Amino acid sequence: MTLPKDDAPASTAKSQEGITAGIGELRGPKGDALASWSVTINRPHGDLYTFFHDFAHLPQIMDNVDHVEVIDALRSHWVVKAPAGHLVEWDAIITEEKEGELIAWTSIEGADIAHAGRITFQDAGARGTVVTATIAYHPPGGLLGKTIAKLFQREPEIQVRRDLRRFKQLMETGEIATNARTTKQFDEEMA
Amino acid sequence: MRALTWHGKHDVRVETVDDPEIINPRDAIIKITSTAICGSDLHLYDGFIPTMKAGDILGHEFMGEVVETGVKSTLKKGQRVVVPFTIACGSCYHCGKHQYSACDNGNPADNQDLGMELYGQPMSGLFGYSHLTGGYAGGQAEYVRVPFSDTGPIVIPDGLDDDEVLFLSDILPTGWQAAENADIEPGDTVAVWGCGPVGLFAVQSAFLMGAQRVIAIDHFPHRLELAKKFGAETINFEESKTYEALMAMTGGIGPDAVIDAVGLEAHGFFVDNVIDQIKASTFLGTDRPHSIRQAILACRKGGRVSMPAVYGGFVDKFPLGAFMEKGLTLKTGQTSVQHYMPALLNAVIEKKIDTTFLISHRLGLEEAAQGYKMFHDNQNEVTKVVLKPGLAPTPAGKESRHV
Repeated sequence: MTLPKDDAPASTAKSQEGITAGIGELRGPKGDALASWSVTINRPHGDLYTFFHDFAHLPQIMDNVDHVEVIDALRSHWVVKAPAGHLVEWDAIITEEKEGELIAWTSIEGADIAHAGRITFQDAGARGTVVTATIAYHPPGGLLGKTIAKLFQREPEIQVRRDLRRFKQLMETGEIATNARTTKQFDEEMA
Repeated sequence: MRALTWHGKHDVRVETVDDPEIINPRDAIIKITSTAICGSDLHLYDGFIPTMKAGDILGHEFMGEVVETGVKSTLKKGQRVVVPFTIACGSCYHCGKHQYSACDNGNPADNQDLGMELYGQPMSGLFGYSHLTGGYAGGQAEYVRVPFSDTGPIVIPDGLDDDEVLFLSDILPTGWQAAENADIEPGDTVAVWGCGPVGLFAVQSAFLMGAQRVIAIDHFPHRLELAKKFGAETINFEESKTYEALMAMTGGIGPDAVIDAVGLEAHGFFVDNVIDQIKASTFLGTDRPHSIRQAILACRKGGRVSMPAVYGGFVDKFPLGAFMEKGLTLKTGQTSVQHYMPALLNAVIEKKIDTTFLISHRLGLEEAAQGYKMFHDNQNEVTKVVLKPGLAPTPAGKESRHV
């Protein structure tokens, strides 16, 4: 089987070989699943990088992240909501960063979900910035775990897409859209 | 507060629910003074729209008084505003191009998945119109929470009645956009299928844009009379053959522009059918896309097709060959209400457009369920029902006031 030779991102490859090649571009544990999504945000790439670079900001846009503790310039501790009310945890370390352009990280030994991720901020001129997040991971519990996670909508592909939409909303509008009518409803949705 | 809530097919109820509150900085709370039942609300009433949940508050045509503002709202307490039915952020790429109905951010992130699956891109948020379009509570209530209140609502100057400006929220801009999408040139003949509120506003707009003749098509005599009042010629499709009549009335050329203000909406927007394409094509392919098919066949060669009518899924027997061979242009889409509101408010102030003619019934909010039933059962007489939360209900058992 030959690898795809077109210009499409590896995450869109039809073959596992193509996906594996995409995973190979990330530093860290090599899972066999790849989740990736892009949004265009009508803001300069430097602003977006600055917000994202402080991982303590991320629970604002990442619904399934309970909290992030920043340990030092490179290391952070993540507590994340998993299906059926469980929490999963890991320590992550930044493996690469380019001011205004790119942040890559990986989970370190002992993580509940071993993964490696990268977010890029690409200047799109008058349209703002193309933000692309890519995560390679071992689906917990294999295919069955992935299916269960999807049922509870905590599957990385769905989360990446939704989290990027919230990032866009917050950066473009200063708030995250909600259909809650009362603060009580809002708190229930956030729980 | 009291609010009209949806519970299922032909089951809407006025109930007591929690008052809305400010959630986000750009929010405002509006105390509703007038809110209309839209033709598209009937399709919620008929149970055709998927992703509805029991207890959802309906209503996307409303106006009222600002009673509370978030820290970033530019509105002031006491202002009277009309609220667009499309929820748009004002700051994304699409809003920058005034394509407000394509706003990226009005729809909550989680609600965008379904639109993406169905249409390839998520839709903007709308008030009171299912969870596909955001799951926002609507305005057939005493109060409503309005997100992005600094960019959507338009402040109404003193001296204008609610009835004159309420329709800036949806149907007036929708009729106007329909005519604008028909790229009318002076001297044109424009045919309009459907003399509901949108069709009737399209008739008025087409004349204002320079159409020489407008031909209105419907089967409700009362609605055709209203079109005639604005100078349209009429075809009642129960009495005359529409295509033949249009050919005869245009010297065999066909109308220069055609506007479909009927659409599939009357028969719904079935997500289960969309998912089950075979079902969809069987159901949606019966007679409901009739108006757009007929419009394409009747339109002159090189003419323009404007489609304000709502289509939700797939249609069968779409005359793509005729469309291509005749070199037609089609423009469509949900209305970018925010783009049209200021100019249309001026048109109302200058009395260039009449809106009050449309209102056949004014009811209290407590009579809302009855209003749905009347509108549903008698579309000839009942052209528009406006609910006024401040209006006392009529004595029990009596027919609602007909103003």
